Amino acid sequence: MTDTTLTDRPPRLDVEALERMYSLMLGTALADQRAAAESKAGRLMAAFYPVRGMEAVCAALGETMRTGDKMVSTYRNLGDALAKRMPLRSIIAELYGKAEGCSRGRGGPMHLQDQDVNFTATTGIVGSGMQIAAGLGMAEQLSGDGNAVVVTFGDGATSIGAFHEGMGFVALWKLPVVIVCQNNQWGEHTSIKEYTAAPELAQRAASYGMRAEKVDGFDPMACVAALETALARARAGEGPTFLEFEHYRLTGHTGTADFSYVPKDELAAAMERDPAPTFRKWLLANGHLSEGQIAEVETRVRAELEDAFQFAQNGTDPVQADIYEGVFENDEFARSVDGA
Amino acid sequence: MPETTVQSMTIAQAINSGYHCAMEADDKIVLLGEDVAEPIGGVFKTTKDLSTKFGTDRVRATPIAEGAIAGSAVGLALGGYRAVAEVMFFDFTTHVMDQILNHAAKFRYMTGGATPTPVLVTTVVGSSHFGAQHAQSVESWFMHTPGINVCFPSTPADAKGLLMTCLESPDPSLLIQHSGLLYSIKEEVPVGPHRVPLGKAKTVRTGDDVTIVSYGPAVRIAMAAAESLAQDGIEADVIDLRSLVPLDFPAVFESVERTGRCVITHEATQFAGPGAEIAARITEDLFSELQGPVLRVGGLFTPQPFAKTLNRHPTSERVVAKVKQLF
Repeated sequence: MTDTTLTDRPPRLDVEALERMYSLMLGTALADQRAAAESKAGRLMAAFYPVRGMEAVCAALGETMRTGDKMVSTYRNLGDALAKRMPLRSIIAELYGKAEGCSRGRGGPMHLQDQDVNFTATTGIVGSGMQIAAGLGMAEQLSGDGNAVVVTFGDGATSIGAFHEGMGFVALWKLPVVIVCQNNQWGEHTSIKEYTAAPELAQRAASYGMRAEKVDGFDPMACVAALETALARARAGEGPTFLEFEHYRLTGHTGTADFSYVPKDELAAAMERDPAPTFRKWLLANGHLSEGQIAEVETRVRAELEDAFQFAQNGTDPVQADIYEGVFENDEFARSVDGA
Repeated sequence: MPETTVQSMTIAQAINSGYHCAMEADDKIVLLGEDVAEPIGGVFKTTKDLSTKFGTDRVRATPIAEGAIAGSAVGLALGGYRAVAEVMFFDFTTHVMDQILNHAAKFRYMTGGATPTPVLVTTVVGSSHFGAQHAQSVESWFMHTPGINVCFPSTPADAKGLLMTCLESPDPSLLIQHSGLLYSIKEEVPVGPHRVPLGKAKTVRTGDDVTIVSYGPAVRIAMAAAESLAQDGIEADVIDLRSLVPLDFPAVFESVERTGRCVITHEATQFAGPGAEIAARITEDLFSELQGPVLRVGGLFTPQPFAKTLNRHPTSERVVAKVKQLF
């Protein structure tokens, strides 16, 4: 498969939009790589979950979601956070558990959030986001603000009860939710072929009574088109859409995990469609960006990443005296329980 | 293989050895869990080679569906099998609560003894670098429900012994492992079947001045505290409870009667934690023998913070300070 299979650019995406999409794909891939290197070198003690393979979907989310739209993500959340335009510094500082991080070092990279941009919640519990999104969808429906809710999760989450219960709510009440299933073909260390007898996830979703579509998750413009339609329907009160984005996980389950169990031929075929380099080729081949413009984007992305890692490494460690902060709104509640 | 043959093993290896022994002896044992089959053999490697040896009918890598892992373990038990429901992290037992606490733990009682449900839930706690949803020590939730054994071994031999005992128990059990202990300590463990009785504590250090009661990862903290106290002339009895339900109150009482002082330490949240029950029972039974109040060093009343500079868990310094309050 080559870049010529990629869908054309929708007219409304200008050069700046294409630059942003490439920045997000490249930035996500480089951040994953950097975090893995820092972990291996022993300078970073954090479990983190690489986004590699999902970058095109994340870039498309970035161009189709509005600031007012709410998002619920998972532990594999860097691309989603960047799609919501979270500042990179606050993300990387959280990765390092620093007070400057988006969750003040309390949550770590599994629990990014930024209420300013409606990156509303992330969960470390597989499948739980679906139910939270149902509630956010009800809130939007009740308030009539006309925003959509996006929930993202991996294909592995479609096995757990919480997912099915949430799907039922979203479909029943025609909630303004866009359900983004990142089908990277792996549930932790087990292939989708091994863990379900019904691997056509969009088909399954349709049976709940909602609009469902399968999309090539390695094709950025196809992702944009599918998300635009789904978000427009949600905002117009026409109900939820389940989007199954099919792609492939290009790394292990966690940033430092062995993934020798992944079949070599499958991985090699998927690497041929590695989102950032494939998009780069497409941008050049179609004359959207020049070599010079691309080089500028790449320089900027690398500089921003370096800046964010420096910022994080120079950040402030939370102090033990503040350990009770945030257990309840009133810190004295938790302190009084311990007599501290 | 003679029962006396021993081999140096980590807790992960000892658990694996326990599964091999138990599954060889009892072909009714079925293991369910995420990634438990080869080529992964469990994300903590505790189920290594089991699917190769016993087949994927008996060692099933499941979808990510803890509720169904637990529920089908209950069904297997009712159907005459004995299932192990492996839950990757202790926090994910929130998904198994209905099946384990509403069903497995009560089926024997609420059917007048007609339907005992001997399932074994195994899980791992301690991965604090994953943050607040992957590191909670929630044994109290299970201890609070009558009908399920709760074990938390701190050594390889106890891990194997308790695993095999649970697999032969007529009742449901929870076996908790700690990720910080899985690979870090080695000791000689019987290669063949090995059993540690439920509800029997182990005295891991003797002394007549104070009793330190602990279990799981806190045993190391208690031992470090005891060594430090010895330098100040205070000799501690250190008790590793090993199982929390049933709990070896006679061993605890024998020690506290002798020392007159007691500190309990565990990683679980101190408030309404296991130590609260133990302290209350000591106070009820041995009030006149006590030189001072029974004190506790447990987890602070906070979720697990991600930042390494924040520590909610007991340290040997905190235990030493508590002990010294009694002198």
